[in-house]
Amino acid sequence: MSELHLKLQLQRSNGFNLDLDTVIPPRTCTAVYGASGSGKTTLLNCVAGLQHPAAGSTIRFGANTWLDHNTEVATHQRQVGYVFQDARLFPWLSVSDNLDYALRRRHRSDGPSREQVCDWLQLQELLPQEPAQLSRGQQQRVAIARALLSAPQILLLDEPLANIDQVNRRQILGHLQTVQRETGLPMLFVSHDIEEVTRLADWLVVLEGGRIRAQGPTLDLCSQLDLALAHEEQAAAILEAEVGERDAEFGLTRLSFAGQSLWVTGVSAATGARMRLRIPARDVSLCLQPPQQTSILNVLQARVTAIEDSQSDRLLVQLEAAGQLLLARLTRKSVVNLNLQTGQLVYAQIKSVALLSDEPH
Amino acid sequence: MNELGVIWLTIKLATVTTAWLLVLGTPLAWWLANGHSRWRTAVEAVVALPLILPPTVLGFYLLIAFAPDSSLGQLWQQLTGSRLAFSFSALVIGSVLYSMPFVVQPLQAAFRQLDRGLLEAAAVLGAPARDRWLTIILPSCRHSFITAASLGFAHTVGEFGVVLMIGGNIPGETQVLSIALFDRVESLQFAQAHALAAGLMAFSFVMLYLLYRRGDGNWRLQS
Repeated sequence: MSELHLKLQLQRSNGFNLDLDTVIPPRTCTAVYGASGSGKTTLLNCVAGLQHPAAGSTIRFGANTWLDHNTEVATHQRQVGYVFQDARLFPWLSVSDNLDYALRRRHRSDGPSREQVCDWLQLQELLPQEPAQLSRGQQQRVAIARALLSAPQILLLDEPLANIDQVNRRQILGHLQTVQRETGLPMLFVSHDIEEVTRLADWLVVLEGGRIRAQGPTLDLCSQLDLALAHEEQAAAILEAEVGERDAEFGLTRLSFAGQSLWVTGVSAATGARMRLRIPARDVSLCLQPPQQTSILNVLQARVTAIEDSQSDRLLVQLEAAGQLLLARLTRKSVVNLNLQTGQLVYAQIKSVALLSDEPH
Repeated sequence: MNELGVIWLTIKLATVTTAWLLVLGTPLAWWLANGHSRWRTAVEAVVALPLILPPTVLGFYLLIAFAPDSSLGQLWQQLTGSRLAFSFSALVIGSVLYSMPFVVQPLQAAFRQLDRGLLEAAAVLGAPARDRWLTIILPSCRHSFITAASLGFAHTVGEFGVVLMIGGNIPGETQVLSIALFDRVESLQFAQAHALAAGLMAFSFVMLYLLYRRGDGNWRLQS
């Protein structure tokens, strides 16, 4: 796997400026997160060679220089795969012929086979159909398969799940996780959906107004109070835990990390496997004493590490439990009533835990 | 000169002309659809001139240009060893100029509407420029190419003014259908004239009918 060096400058007539200089470390999946207009798609287009940044920009992927002061590798020679927001299937070709188009021009001979890709994305029944007959979600599955069949060195995805209904999103996210697991193909993923980001990405680049606001492991950035990420309605902390013993009577499984544990239903992974969990900030409440006789199964001892400094009615509180960060969304009144202070020991009651993956990263 | 010879010559002229129209009109239409040159609008207007000019105007200038003592006429003589004036080649050149808007306009419209996103998708999948032309642009614009070729062909079959001026009505060389019809009428051979006129009318109708029936109704001749 290779590092991606980006030094990009691009000025558009509408006043938008892309200006970044960074190295994205070798990872399975890097998410570029930001509001619309923050330059996410422009960044991907520059990597693919579809947009041309100003002189002085450089793009290097591993040992390959795609752009510098005297080189510009054409798009068709960059060996990238690109899944666009709109699937861009060739409408005069059937699904099967769309896949063959990529297969015949594949960048490397050692890419996945047609059968494998159709299996990962469950395309068998779609093969004879025309793109116009497919739903948005189906079209996007075909587009992902087509990109994979071109055997790229890196897969670029531009909000591939935008405008797709919730059920199909979940399904496609699952497919993408399968692809990650099976191929280890590096992905650069643009999104403004926190759930997509936390499920797929292990490295996160936060863009704001064409500049990099922060970057780091997804687990860390999600819980940072100064980033917009934590302030979304869906804000959540991401934890990594190990699958432990099962309680067959109640269908619970212990997920443990650094001496603390959570009991969760519906875990299918084997004992010893590492899992990624998502704990929504709105499902965490705090007590100063160990809670008794509560319906909440999971209570973690934690230390307050930061409290949002604002006058809004609901505040975010960042906690640390056994080396991992948690978020709790409380009313300002509660923060005042409990007289919460940074450094204080509290008990975090966790109402819900979502499993993000059955597989380690 | 029998009628079959006239029809054969007309088809030959229209076929050769259509081939040249596609070869020259495609890059021209692409440039007009995508170019940013300040000459673009002027060239667009020149291409459209035959739509509004009386054909005799174009024919008149070509007659002068093709004359044996003109520079073009002499150049042609040196290159090919034969005379340009009143030759089949002269008819082809005249027809190409005269029918050019009928080929360029539908192609230009198609190139403008071309989905750039598909070209980008093909490039990312590893298709170089020539490959993208053959596998994305041609199939995307296939209806417009058929329309352009059909209109160019039909319009060449039906042209009169230019051919009258530069052709010279030489049987087997430059006497095409429309001229032959004029010839028959002048010599009061009304039976033959009827046959030719009705044939030309039927041909034109069938051609247009087939074009319009294909439902390619998003483009109509514009002048």
